Amino acid sequence: MTTRRMTYREAVREALRESLTRDKRVFLMGEDVNRYGGAYACSLGLPAEFGDERIRDAPLSESAFVGAGIGAALGGMRPIVEIMTINFSLLALDQIVNSAATLRHMSGGQFSVPIVIRMATGAGRQLAAQHSHSLEGWYGHIPGIRVLAPATVADARGMLWPALMNPDPVVIMEHATLYNEEDELPTEGDMSVDIGKAAKRREGADATVIAHSACVKKALDAADMLASEGINCEVIDLRILRPLDDETIIASVRKTHRAIIVDEAWRSGSLAAEISSRITEQAFYDLDAPVARVCGAEVPIPYPRHLELAALPQPQSIAAAVRKAMRR
Amino acid sequence: MIEFKMPSLGADMEAATLVEWFKAPGDRVERGDIIALVETQKGAIEIEVFNEGIIGEQRIQPGRKVPVGTVLATIVGPAEEEASIPAVKTTKPVEPRPQERLTRAEEAPAPATPPSLRITPAARRRAAALGISPESLAPGSDGIIGLAQVPTGPERAHRRGAGLDLDEMRKAIGAAMVRSHRDIPHYWVMHAIDATPLFEWLETQNAIRPMERRLLYIAPLMKAVALALKQVPELNGHYKDGVFRPSPAVHMGLATALRGGGLIAPAIRDADSRTVDELMDVIAELVPRARLGRLRSSEMTDGTVTLSNLGEGNADSVFPLIYPNQVAIVGCGTACPRPWVVGNAVAIRQVIQVTLAGDHRVSHGRHAAQFLTRLSELLAHPEGL
Repeated sequence: MTTRRMTYREAVREALRESLTRDKRVFLMGEDVNRYGGAYACSLGLPAEFGDERIRDAPLSESAFVGAGIGAALGGMRPIVEIMTINFSLLALDQIVNSAATLRHMSGGQFSVPIVIRMATGAGRQLAAQHSHSLEGWYGHIPGIRVLAPATVADARGMLWPALMNPDPVVIMEHATLYNEEDELPTEGDMSVDIGKAAKRREGADATVIAHSACVKKALDAADMLASEGINCEVIDLRILRPLDDETIIASVRKTHRAIIVDEAWRSGSLAAEISSRITEQAFYDLDAPVARVCGAEVPIPYPRHLELAALPQPQSIAAAVRKAMRR
Repeated sequence: MIEFKMPSLGADMEAATLVEWFKAPGDRVERGDIIALVETQKGAIEIEVFNEGIIGEQRIQPGRKVPVGTVLATIVGPAEEEASIPAVKTTKPVEPRPQERLTRAEEAPAPATPPSLRITPAARRRAAALGISPESLAPGSDGIIGLAQVPTGPERAHRRGAGLDLDEMRKAIGAAMVRSHRDIPHYWVMHAIDATPLFEWLETQNAIRPMERRLLYIAPLMKAVALALKQVPELNGHYKDGVFRPSPAVHMGLATALRGGGLIAPAIRDADSRTVDELMDVIAELVPRARLGRLRSSEMTDGTVTLSNLGEGNADSVFPLIYPNQVAIVGCGTACPRPWVVGNAVAIRQVIQVTLAGDHRVSHGRHAAQFLTRLSELLAHPEGL
């Protein structure tokens, strides 16, 4: 099978192109997606292929254009709504939580909202607090939506189409530091990926490191460092933040007896807290160390480079948490 | 200079991993000192030295698996001043940690006094699966008992620090028994023995003894078996390279079932010349140690005969296979009340069916009958044991 090399950004763009081509009901809407090519250049070039009708610029008005997207979905379209960063999505939270997530339930199953909302998330690009937060856990809290976090180029390429085929709202979080990541992808065939299961990115027997999004790469880097010390980590990429794939997580912890959760978000009330609880609920008797969490510092993400790095989980801090769990 | 080699710890052992040295070059050792820990298919075994002298060079470092016969270290023979130097106590016995029972306190215990036993859930579970009391485990340097501090169980093997791997042990037992079944022409003779006097004697003994001095019937039974074997030397010793070497002393391997399906038969030396109380003490000390997977090399190799007692099970009798290179094994079924002819009447008596498996190259059925008759006589008068 031949492969080609592409970036995460190109994978997102190709996924958009595929969706727009495969289904006439699909359109992309968001701030700057047309004339500017999207905040992270994901839709660059698409207006020329698909026209202004299907690549639609929206005003600075998240609540309005997400609401319009929900209306379009109710009307039979398959909208992809892009929000520049997860921080701004709070302006549309009422639409997402009170409308999109609830309508199937409140209509007794008569209406579904097949909308896909894409947003960039995370820190690491010196964009300061209002562009750098990781609020995935807030979305993970909400029943009625599916939350995806592609950490690899393949997932960035393969998650969009199954998300569009999902009859309920799907939120896809793309980490802003991943857009330039490159990987090999097959040149042909169905690129779709399973949007139900977590993925084991590395096999190991000594400790389970659970991460998502940009932290998967850091966890793998930590695992490489630890392997030279004789500690073999299993690295789980959550991929789907809601519903969480308990089965994969618990099976791994039962095997390794140790769990370290890496989450760029703040520790208090985080997704990491939820996963930690599930592990103690379901695998307490298999644990050989307290469940450990490596999370972002509980501060607004700082602007200066060194402070920003210090506020985020890093391979060194992940490795230190693993060593502690190993009592080394 | 003496070459200290990886010993063969049984008919089935080909290689073992050196886990730890208890002595360093320059240390003086005496006969019987434990100088190393090796991990075999039958658990971690403490290796004793049979010479005295000073450790020279340690050629093998911990972590390496080496075949039987590999030189592990050199020992420089005794100098002029030998013999008078007292043996150095080398083993660090695991102190049982008294468990502070936390009463249902209204308040949490003060943070200044941590609970005496800090054990992880996984370690507690594995210890329970292996039948090990958590209090008997030594915590790590941080005061916590984790999986690393529990001997390895069936769930995972080959953790440094050693212990039992029941799958490996089953393989070793299998290999030894295949060899036994193939190479030893077995015969079996069974005899039902009225053990009522033994049980009556035990009852009166235990009634007047303090709790910690009470006897289990395995102790007088072992003594009786050992004494009966003394009368039939053809059943006690080793058969190797076509030659039978009877043993003047009875070193009795006691088949010990381990939780999870393992089986091991550590030897109790001089079972014939110890008192019943001494045997009880040895058994009480040896069985938990066997279950922890911490036996000594001499206990693995010294056995001259094996006793397999079904104990509290419900099976009437057992037809055991001889452990090579021994030449006999005694199998005792469960003691059960049976109708039994006493004089001209039928009475209810406690009966044990004892089977002797012998090696036909060395003995035959008459030897077995002789042994069983003698055993029967001895058990009729337990007070004389």
